[in-house]
Amino acid sequence: MATGIEPPPQTDAIGVRDTSRAAIPARHLRTDRWWLAPAGTAAGLLAFVVYSTWRAFSNADYYHAPYVSPFYSPCLAQNCHTMRGGPNWEILGSWWGLSPALLILIFPLGFRLTCYYYRKAYYRGFWASPPACAVAEPHAKYTGETRFPLILQNIHRYFFYFAVLVAGVLTYDTVLTFRDAHYAWGHMGLGSLVFLANIVLIWAYTLSCHSCRHIVGGRLRHFSKHPVRYRLWGWVGRLNERHMLLAWASLISVAVADFYVFLLASGAFEDPRFF
Amino acid sequence: MSERQANQRAGAYQAHFRVWRGDADGGGLTDFEVEVHEGEVVLDIIHRLQATQAPDLAVRWNCKAGKCGSCSAEINGRPRLMCMTRMSVFSRTETVTVTPMRAFPVLRDLVTDVAFNYTKAREIPAFVPPADLGPGEYRMQQEDVNRSQEFRKCIECFLCQNTCHVVRDHEENKDVFAGPRFLMRIAELDMHPLDAAPASGLDRKSTAQDEHGLGYCNITKCCTEVCPENIKITDNALIPLKERAADRKYDPLVWLGNKIRRRTE
Amino acid sequence: MAHVDRQTWDVVVVGAGGAGLRAAIEAREAGMRTAVICKSLFGKAHTVMAEGGIAASMGNANENDNWQVHFRDTMRGGKFLNQWRMAELHAREAPDRVWELETWGALFDRTADGRISQRNFGGHEYPRLAHVGDRTGLELIRTLQQKIVSLQQEDERDSGSYDAGLKVFQECTVTRVLKKDGRVSGVFCYQRESGRFFVLEAPAVVLATGGIGKSFKVTSNSWEYTGDGHALALLAGAPLINMEFVQFHPTGMVWPPSVKGILVTESVRGDGGVLRNSDGNRFMFDYIPDVFKEKYAQTEAEGDRWYEDPDNNRRPPELLPRDEVARAINAEVKAGRGSPHGGVFLDVSTRMPAEVIKRRLPSMHHQFKELADVDITAEPMEVGPTCHYVMGGVEVDPDSAAATGVPGLFAAGEVAGGMHGSNRLGGNSLSDLLVFGRRAGLYAAEYVAALRDRPAADPRDIDAAEAEALRPFSAEGGGQHADRGPAENPYTLHQELQQSMNDLVGIIRREGEMAEALERLAELRVRARRAGVEGHRQYNPGWHLAIDLRNMLLVSECVARAALEREESRGGHTRDDHPDMDRRWRNVNLVCELADTRADSGEADPALGQIRLSRRETPPIRRDLLELFDKDELVKYLTDEELSR
Repeated sequence: MATGIEPPPQTDAIGVRDTSRAAIPARHLRTDRWWLAPAGTAAGLLAFVVYSTWRAFSNADYYHAPYVSPFYSPCLAQNCHTMRGGPNWEILGSWWGLSPALLILIFPLGFRLTCYYYRKAYYRGFWASPPACAVAEPHAKYTGETRFPLILQNIHRYFFYFAVLVAGVLTYDTVLTFRDAHYAWGHMGLGSLVFLANIVLIWAYTLSCHSCRHIVGGRLRHFSKHPVRYRLWGWVGRLNERHMLLAWASLISVAVADFYVFLLASGAFEDPRFF
Repeated sequence: MSERQANQRAGAYQAHFRVWRGDADGGGLTDFEVEVHEGEVVLDIIHRLQATQAPDLAVRWNCKAGKCGSCSAEINGRPRLMCMTRMSVFSRTETVTVTPMRAFPVLRDLVTDVAFNYTKAREIPAFVPPADLGPGEYRMQQEDVNRSQEFRKCIECFLCQNTCHVVRDHEENKDVFAGPRFLMRIAELDMHPLDAAPASGLDRKSTAQDEHGLGYCNITKCCTEVCPENIKITDNALIPLKERAADRKYDPLVWLGNKIRRRTE
Repeated sequence: MAHVDRQTWDVVVVGAGGAGLRAAIEAREAGMRTAVICKSLFGKAHTVMAEGGIAASMGNANENDNWQVHFRDTMRGGKFLNQWRMAELHAREAPDRVWELETWGALFDRTADGRISQRNFGGHEYPRLAHVGDRTGLELIRTLQQKIVSLQQEDERDSGSYDAGLKVFQECTVTRVLKKDGRVSGVFCYQRESGRFFVLEAPAVVLATGGIGKSFKVTSNSWEYTGDGHALALLAGAPLINMEFVQFHPTGMVWPPSVKGILVTESVRGDGGVLRNSDGNRFMFDYIPDVFKEKYAQTEAEGDRWYEDPDNNRRPPELLPRDEVARAINAEVKAGRGSPHGGVFLDVSTRMPAEVIKRRLPSMHHQFKELADVDITAEPMEVGPTCHYVMGGVEVDPDSAAATGVPGLFAAGEVAGGMHGSNRLGGNSLSDLLVFGRRAGLYAAEYVAALRDRPAADPRDIDAAEAEALRPFSAEGGGQHADRGPAENPYTLHQELQQSMNDLVGIIRREGEMAEALERLAELRVRARRAGVEGHRQYNPGWHLAIDLRNMLLVSECVARAALEREESRGGHTRDDHPDMDRRWRNVNLVCELADTRADSGEADPALGQIRLSRRETPPIRRDLLELFDKDELVKYLTDEELSR
């Protein structure tokens, strides 16, 4: 009844505490350690952000022949370390004075930022939206991905195209690791293995992308009329089931590859050569 | 051998239950000590409470075999089917808390008003049969129906609707958001090999975004986590639907093509 | 009674399973304003439990299949007691009913050429069951539900209201079919949520309420299966037939309690599962009847070889027909060689490696792991006969599904009797729902269209129905029955009823036990009058059960009386004291009617039987249908007199 003297609606009477719902004051009744997953995710992502920020801005110790850090490849500015036969493409010329990593990292960053798995991870881990299933989120309003800026998540597929290009370059870099410090072919060191593992994981993660799955076949209505794409879709689907695992594995492997180059370039470690 | 001894040999023990009792005007958790036998599920215990201690305890259930999706509730804070939650997953000393689903208005005790879901079901345009095919003339390949068949495993327990934070935590979004179950229904129809909606001028992909709130989904996957049928709601229905909507709305080439085609028509 | 809400509809359908929804669709498409009323939520009906498939002779898997073959299989399965015209209509129309589902969005499993895949099933000569994995019932319900929604969307476009032409009243229960001057005038209902009473006035009522399994202790049926439609028909003056025929599935789970009654599919035995008693013996070898001696293995070694080499060995006796297996299990348990929880052991774990079990029986493995925490690759299952289906039901006109003697009353699906005779074939239930659901809706609509005036519900009947429904609340607080004894707990009464029916009118029947059952039923009826409930009317399951008890007691009495009367064994009716099928009983239907037809049965002395039983001869089978069978086969069923006609 609109008598005008009723109390204004209580601000905490939202969501699960809405007056129509079962009267339970607790935000959730979960007894398991539900906070462990979002906390772990947040910690892991934060660690990577800190590490990669340091490395990206340091603009140093990213090349030790024949290895180039994946953070700095391809290198698009003139201020890059010269890498013989390596990914030096001075598209931007000399005016770029900052770390060249910043130029290229935008793309993998954008790819991962708009990735359907990472979205879940940071929405849960950082924004607590929701922190875990059936645990009330702390926000009064929610519009999801309906508005700017989050509506931009829909452009994930363009980052996927770029990510394929970047993965191509990193593959090239990996091939280059089968040289020695004097650029002679037919050699291999521990770094080659690190790079090989990294590029396999990068490809697996990139191809397991939901947009990739859509593009290769998911958008089709009749698989029976496109047997080849149907088979591709099946393969991508099987990778896609492990998208989360691959996201983490490739995140770690790319950091490891970079750190390995850092150790070599800074002289802290000597690359064991196999042949 | 006394009955009590027999029970103990059969693994019977006293469990501590807290069950939410009340209605729309209020209520709270009520404590019960209740006997539990080996091999029972939470729904068995609720039934025992009905038969021995609380004959008017309201609970919805039907098949008791995980096939009808009636006995949805929250057990220790997690949305679950009571018939699919074995007592053996709890330790004997653990308090088991059972509440109604917390995203829907409560009616009484463990029973909620799930009308939201039936309202949303009606808002999704139905299957459009192709005009040129009569009964018995439908030809579809198994690989073309597999995807939609997965979604048709849905038993409509509404646990995904209940756990989705879009409506669970934001009552006001209920008007604009169909929820995982019914977005999945759109995906099911959009992937149906013979659905004639496009021919009838209905673009399910765009309406999913424009009318049924697909954009509210932030793919945090709780729907998939709670699905008792293990349907990959997020990966196989919602994300593909988002991608299909992106085809329509966020792909500049497609957008341009549509613009030109519309102009020339 | 001014305070009882009244609404007017053209057709009211009671029950929202396969038959009810199909009837509602047909009535609505015939232009009738149709109300569907169901005890559960819309889309939860027991039809979802059906796994196998829908039998229809589409001939997709074997083009030799046609309706005549399907008809023949159905009659054989029912031991020729079937209402032959229903069996004929069913076999003829089933394919159309399945194909029509596709136009409403159903997605069946496919053949290589894109048609509906059909699978083999017991008793069917050809692969005939349209299916979707092992969840065909769910597909059926969901398709019909979505078709109804699409009709409601049409109504919304035309009239602005989704509910204008077809409305589902979910979680409501009908307690009485109302009549005026002998004709149906509506139904009296309560809303489970609020306990509020209301009346839907309609000249035509379609009963589609399913079966009666909840009268038995071990059943695969859900709580809804309390024989409501059977009882409503009886109370409205319509007779039931064939109530002695109750199908027990031999292998239902008896332990753990969470899955008690749930079926273990026959393929577990087909794939190597063996039955053992508590002594560890494969007892089925002791129960091979003489007529089957040549077809089944006599030694375990031979039986074991069959699984690998079926051409050169005879099949193991675990694969005898359902009733033989059920009987054997029953005998072992009664002889004290049962498992700890009153069944026997069904074991695959010692016979196949875990990997093979998981590959061959994925859904069974999953079902027991998930529901029961039983790993069938590591331990045996405990199984026993479980009440599965009732062949008996409302006697109906085969073409129109109209109940006998009550104009405006129709019945379809499990609640209708006759179609399946003495035993139902797997797969024939879903097709039955569709064929006769449609017919019931169609002829109900025709009946309404042809009416010149509509019978109005009599306020006195409404009052009486309300008083009857409210009786459980007055039972405790010194109400009208307080002088006769203490209030009874409806749950206890229900358990005792289930125990009595299970023990005394279960799978194997004896004269003395059934007589005792009738005595116990009389006693339970007296006590049920004092069934009291606590609390209020809002969503009160104790009260709901107290009301349902009336129905279960009525139906149980029908089963017991008819089973006592039929002195032979046939299909779903097995008499220990009359073990053979008797041709003279072939054309006899046992008809149950209400003994006292006063509006409120509560007036009668509950100790007296409420059911009057009579015999009725069935109409002779049409000649062209008889000619579908060999004479050699017919002599097993028909009397010489019938054959010479």
